[in-house]
Amino acid sequence: MEFDVIFGNAARAGLGPTAAIFALAAVGLNLHFGYGGLLNFGQVGFMMLGAYGAAVVVATWGGSLWLGIPFGLALCVVFALALGAPTLRLRSDYFAITTIAAAEILRLLIRSSPATDVTGGPFGLQTIANSFYALNFLPDGRHGLGTFSFSSNQLWVMLVAWVLVLLCSALVLALIRSPWGRVLRAIREDEDAVRSIGKNVVAYKLQALVIGGVIGGLAGVVEALQQSGVGSENFEPQVTFFAWAALILGGMATTAGPVVGAILFWFLREGVESFIRELSTQSWLPDLLADFLDGSEGAISVTFMGVGLIALMALRPQGILGRGRDLHLGT
Amino acid sequence: MTQSRTIPRALLLVAAAAVAAITLLAGNGAFAQGGEEEGEAFSGTLRFEGAPVAGVRIVAADAAGRPVGEAVSDAEGRWRIPLPGPGTWRATIVAETLPEGVTLRDPERATLEVMVSAGRARPLIFALGERATAGPTIWERLAQATFNGVKFGLIIAMCAIGLSLIFGLTGLINFAHGELVTLGAVAAWAFNAGTPGLPLLAAGAIAILIAGAVGGGVEFGLLRPLRARRLGQFQFMVVTIGLSLLARHVMLLFFGPDRQRFTDFALQSEWTLGPFAVTPRDLTIMVLSAAALAAVALFLQRARAGKAIRAVSDNPALAESSGIDVDRVILLVWIAGAALAAIGGVFFGSVEAIDYLMGWRLLLLMFAAVVLGGLGTAYGAMAGGLLIGVVTEVSTVWASPEIKAVFALGVLVLALLIRPQGLLGQRERVG
Repeated sequence: MEFDVIFGNAARAGLGPTAAIFALAAVGLNLHFGYGGLLNFGQVGFMMLGAYGAAVVVATWGGSLWLGIPFGLALCVVFALALGAPTLRLRSDYFAITTIAAAEILRLLIRSSPATDVTGGPFGLQTIANSFYALNFLPDGRHGLGTFSFSSNQLWVMLVAWVLVLLCSALVLALIRSPWGRVLRAIREDEDAVRSIGKNVVAYKLQALVIGGVIGGLAGVVEALQQSGVGSENFEPQVTFFAWAALILGGMATTAGPVVGAILFWFLREGVESFIRELSTQSWLPDLLADFLDGSEGAISVTFMGVGLIALMALRPQGILGRGRDLHLGT
Repeated sequence: MTQSRTIPRALLLVAAAAVAAITLLAGNGAFAQGGEEEGEAFSGTLRFEGAPVAGVRIVAADAAGRPVGEAVSDAEGRWRIPLPGPGTWRATIVAETLPEGVTLRDPERATLEVMVSAGRARPLIFALGERATAGPTIWERLAQATFNGVKFGLIIAMCAIGLSLIFGLTGLINFAHGELVTLGAVAAWAFNAGTPGLPLLAAGAIAILIAGAVGGGVEFGLLRPLRARRLGQFQFMVVTIGLSLLARHVMLLFFGPDRQRFTDFALQSEWTLGPFAVTPRDLTIMVLSAAALAAVALFLQRARAGKAIRAVSDNPALAESSGIDVDRVILLVWIAGAALAAIGGVFFGSVEAIDYLMGWRLLLLMFAAVVLGGLGTAYGAMAGGLLIGVVTEVSTVWASPEIKAVFALGVLVLALLIRPQGLLGQRERVG
């Protein structure tokens, strides 16, 4: 067993661009649910709009990436308003089902054949991020040790992504400490009480949905930059659940929770996958078991994730950094 | 997802008929040939009016359209293109190389795009022959689509009853309910197509027992102890998400990523009943589903346990204080709901195909059905399921079948705007 390889892989996943993308998505969810009590199960819809908005402007309409990114984020604002205005008045379980349905509607429409001319349908869109990588000032070649190493372009995406994570976390922290954030947290704890002192509860929730959604959209933009393209198969409902898992693992209603959670989530996930890949090549393993493990590391790691989520809820439902008193809020 | 690649039903029938014809006529037709050699490939047999068609060029390309290989059909009409690896590939038949007088049945299907899994040769069918002329009128298509909608609606309704009742009893949105549907289908497939080789009826019965036991086990072994810890509603939702991920991927590990079919009742010729065409299998499924739904309704109305379910659903505290064992009622609903979901899975697997994602894809439609009918009621799930089934199928008359789920979910969103308590829900505050 080459544990340095496994650890290197896990560390690379934990600090890599994908972890930063999920950290961004989870920061948005944290504002939605951790502070606002909005059970958003359609975060992947915001990510998809951010990514596709940027990609469509570049690849389909031949525009600049720097116009595409704001366009994608503007789509997120529109989506949040269209989704929130009618459904935020409903109970949170209805809101959860509506958001998951809306995100899936978007994905099916984007990958449908009538939309192929604009979105590339099932083929997606490619080579959209050249002007982003043109700004890369880092030296060429690979940087790092062993399997824990990145190409220059990967490092550039990581740098931008983690800076965005820091900025968004700081933004959420500032918002939460502001008078606006106090009202939002009060809504989470007792909506009727806030309504009775004359605050427009739906407007506050809608604003929170928009801001958290735009942060989710940024996650999608980073994903499009990282892959220099978009494909509808990257935006299945499962993505939302993984972002939730990261948030829950780190701890809701904390500033560092979503970030720590995303890093740990990807560290563990890649660690398990890498371990199983290594294990399946060991000679002492019976052939039957080795064949079973070979190529199944993805499914096995998600299986472990399911077990982990259940165990976390049973043993430490508030996550690593969370506080027990925030447990019963929002539902 | 595979569902969005669903081709129109008529084409499916043509394709199914072609497969049947090829396998019958050629003996070692497209399917038989596919598995002989190692590695990912496209393969197939070209036939026109029963005779092999030779010398036709077929080009394979990747998703971006870059060619990766080509082949020319041999004297038996057979062709095979090795592919660089698993993934999504396109195959195009070069129409100019078809002999004089031979045409594609559907010119729009000159290019097929399909997923090829690792190590598998994927058989492709380019149907040659006259294009079916003078198709059915719009009314005939509407009637047939509505009929198919009722068929799927009955199955969705059966799957969704447990989801709705569990919500009504415990307030839990069970994200793992779709996996109970998959479990039913996969377990039945394992006993039917696997080594035991049981007839589908016996295999289905075993699958239903297994799913019922799993449903009961989840409630008894996991959720009941967690309820004792007074976890919040949200934490329970996360537990079911974990269960769903766990169950889905365990089934992926043992079942594999491919679509499979039961060995019984796979290919049947259709009966024509007035304006409707239906296979005997599908008609049986419809009758059985309707009977199961009627039995559930009768049980809820008449049986003692059924009344207890409705009482707990209405007001758990009051029910408990009048001597109803709430925990037992919840356990009963989990077992029965899981068994119903498994029946739905076996039926759905017979009508379409079985794969490890089938329940997960159905889950959103079940959510739509349950919310549409009124969260927490069994009758609401039935009405909502039927409506969702009809809406999705009827939409295919006008819209592309790959977006039929969009219409179901669209109806859900619309319903929430107009009547958030659902069709049969009580007019209580839901906001």
